[in-house]
Amino acid sequence: MTTIDTLRFATAGSVDDGKSTLVGRLLHDSKSILTDQLEAVTRASAGDAPDLALLTDGLRAEREQGITIDVAYRYFATPRRRFILADTPGHVQYTRNMVTGASTADLAIVLVDARNGVVEQTRRHAAVAALLRVPHVVLAVNKMDLVGYQESVFAAIVEEFTAYAARLGAPEITAIPVSALLGDNVVEPSSHMDWYSGPTILEHLTSVRAEHDPHREPARVPVQYVIRPQTAEHPDYRGYAGQIVRGTLRVGERVTVLPGGRTSTVTAIHELGRPVDAARSPRSVTVLLRDDIDIARGDLIVSGDGAPALTRSIDATVCHVADRPLTVGQRVLLKHTTRTVKAIVEAIPSRLNLHDLSRHPDPGQLVANDIGHVRVRTAEPVAVDAYADSRRTGSFLLIDPADGTTFAACMVEESR
Amino acid sequence: MTTVAKVSEETDGLHTLSHLDALESESVHIVREVAGEFERPVILFSGGKDSIVMLRLALKAFAPAAVPFTLLHVDTGHNFPEVLAYRDRTVAAHGLRLHVASVQEYIDAGTLRERPDGTRNPLQTLPLTEKIQAERFDAVFGGGRRDEEKARAKERIFSLRDEFSQWDPRRQRPELWQLYNGRHAPGEHVRVFPLSNWTELDIWQYIARERIELPEIYFAHEREVFSRHGMWLTAGEWGGPKDGEPTETRLVRYRTVGDMSCTGAVDSDATTLDAVIAEITASRLTERGATRADDKMSEAAMEDRKREGYF
Repeated sequence: MTTIDTLRFATAGSVDDGKSTLVGRLLHDSKSILTDQLEAVTRASAGDAPDLALLTDGLRAEREQGITIDVAYRYFATPRRRFILADTPGHVQYTRNMVTGASTADLAIVLVDARNGVVEQTRRHAAVAALLRVPHVVLAVNKMDLVGYQESVFAAIVEEFTAYAARLGAPEITAIPVSALLGDNVVEPSSHMDWYSGPTILEHLTSVRAEHDPHREPARVPVQYVIRPQTAEHPDYRGYAGQIVRGTLRVGERVTVLPGGRTSTVTAIHELGRPVDAARSPRSVTVLLRDDIDIARGDLIVSGDGAPALTRSIDATVCHVADRPLTVGQRVLLKHTTRTVKAIVEAIPSRLNLHDLSRHPDPGQLVANDIGHVRVRTAEPVAVDAYADSRRTGSFLLIDPADGTTFAACMVEESR
Repeated sequence: MTTVAKVSEETDGLHTLSHLDALESESVHIVREVAGEFERPVILFSGGKDSIVMLRLALKAFAPAAVPFTLLHVDTGHNFPEVLAYRDRTVAAHGLRLHVASVQEYIDAGTLRERPDGTRNPLQTLPLTEKIQAERFDAVFGGGRRDEEKARAKERIFSLRDEFSQWDPRRQRPELWQLYNGRHAPGEHVRVFPLSNWTELDIWQYIARERIELPEIYFAHEREVFSRHGMWLTAGEWGGPKDGEPTETRLVRYRTVGDMSCTGAVDSDATTLDAVIAEITASRLTERGATRADDKMSEAAMEDRKREGYF
């Protein structure tokens, strides 16, 4: 008996590419729609057949305008796997929501209208998936029924998309020709495209390897909270609560606590009440140490060798997600794991031109939906990994100290 | 001896994370983030299965210390007596403090008026939001799950509310990685949904795994009910049945607990957790579709209530 695992995936596509229809078809044909939901959709549909897009557009304004405004999360399962789907909007105004969906995804489906091919938004979605290092990318070429199911149309789009994505360092791309409206190659194989012998979307989602951080690496445990019962039963208990965001932690291991740099030995690990010899990501645990050293929320417990270097200057790739711009010299808050420190935007070396992937130097500011590079200087040292090595300890937010707005999603670059 | 050259996944003493373990770890991470970042968090606790699981996660997150939060219940005045008894037992057993916001008190004072259809669900919003302001709660845990309803599917895990507790889906903060941004201005608060990624089936499987006691109305029992809008409602002092709504005794259970005036029972002979799980696995109806009248008022009923500050 194999364990059922969970695949988190995100969908992205331009307006009117049929993304909501694809998601609706996926849910409907995998029998994940229950009777009362289908009845509600049928009641709300204009025509005789249920409008599957109505399954996902949950907000009043979305139904009125026929567009998806915000990320919706859907849950379904096959006998082999559970799925968490972040259904993200395609409209350029809401690109930040695709960043939201992609940041936790194991796989991204980028939808393209076969009649239009690769457009500006396709490039944006490919860039977001690549920069956020979503491990798998699926190119779904939709509306194949409207181009006569021609292989040549499909092949040309695949070639253009693959060439573009490769330059961004995107991982392997799986391209699938579909008609979401008619159900070709979504759950059921198409009878119209015998030139295609690959998997359907659902087959691919079910069989693709769910990537997780390598477990044998040294652990990273950002301290969230210090547990001190101070009761008669536990007068001296001092436990450090946190999630193992990467690697494996073992009892008896030497650990270093950053940014202070003190070392100690793990005397116990509690997996939510149960003592264990070892625990791996993404477990939430409580760690007990031999030495009584000063540890607080925001500290990072790391095991073994290869602790991240402490730095006060970080180069990062950023997706700007706020309506107000980010400018050089701006004072911000930097939130990295459980630690929030003051910071200043020291430089914006470049902004990415998504059309030809050139770098526009020194743009001075980044505006909503821009992708670029920034250098920030922090008031206190921060222990960061490269995003390529660890999504959890290699990512951070820039926040407006005035009102708490999230300015930018940032990924630490490799070489500093 | 520790000179083992290669440690395989199977022999390194680590058992594989089940999907329930992964959900539990994610939710505990969220609960601890709130404890670390906020001054006055509170857990909405109704005695329903989702809030029961949420409380269990909080208990595990801080063990062996006590949960550093208080609880808040919005009492519609039409709650099931079995559930209120369970609520009080649980609060006492864990030495917790319970705040109650009472819809009945608002009606008695003339601030709220009874609706013609008798349902008190929409009336909960005002007592809830006023209690949040009065107690200056800055983080309010709710047991909402995204699989419940399509407006809930749009909800962030940390959902910023203004001083009127309003939810504006167009102005939600992007939620990136597991970096939850809880910063807020005075008077604003954050609604936190640690069970966002759980499904109804996950909740039941977790209750079974953890052997959590539930209010007895979740299991099949004989009950005097009457039919309204295709649902079996419990006869009682809240105002049902009306003339022409004959009552009958049926074997039923509840999939969700809420206000008696709008929460329907389902026909069931499931008297054990295993039987309940089997029943839900086979069901072709969603939880709310089967048992909630207020969601059926319009296509956007939940969205509209959420915008006003409902949980």
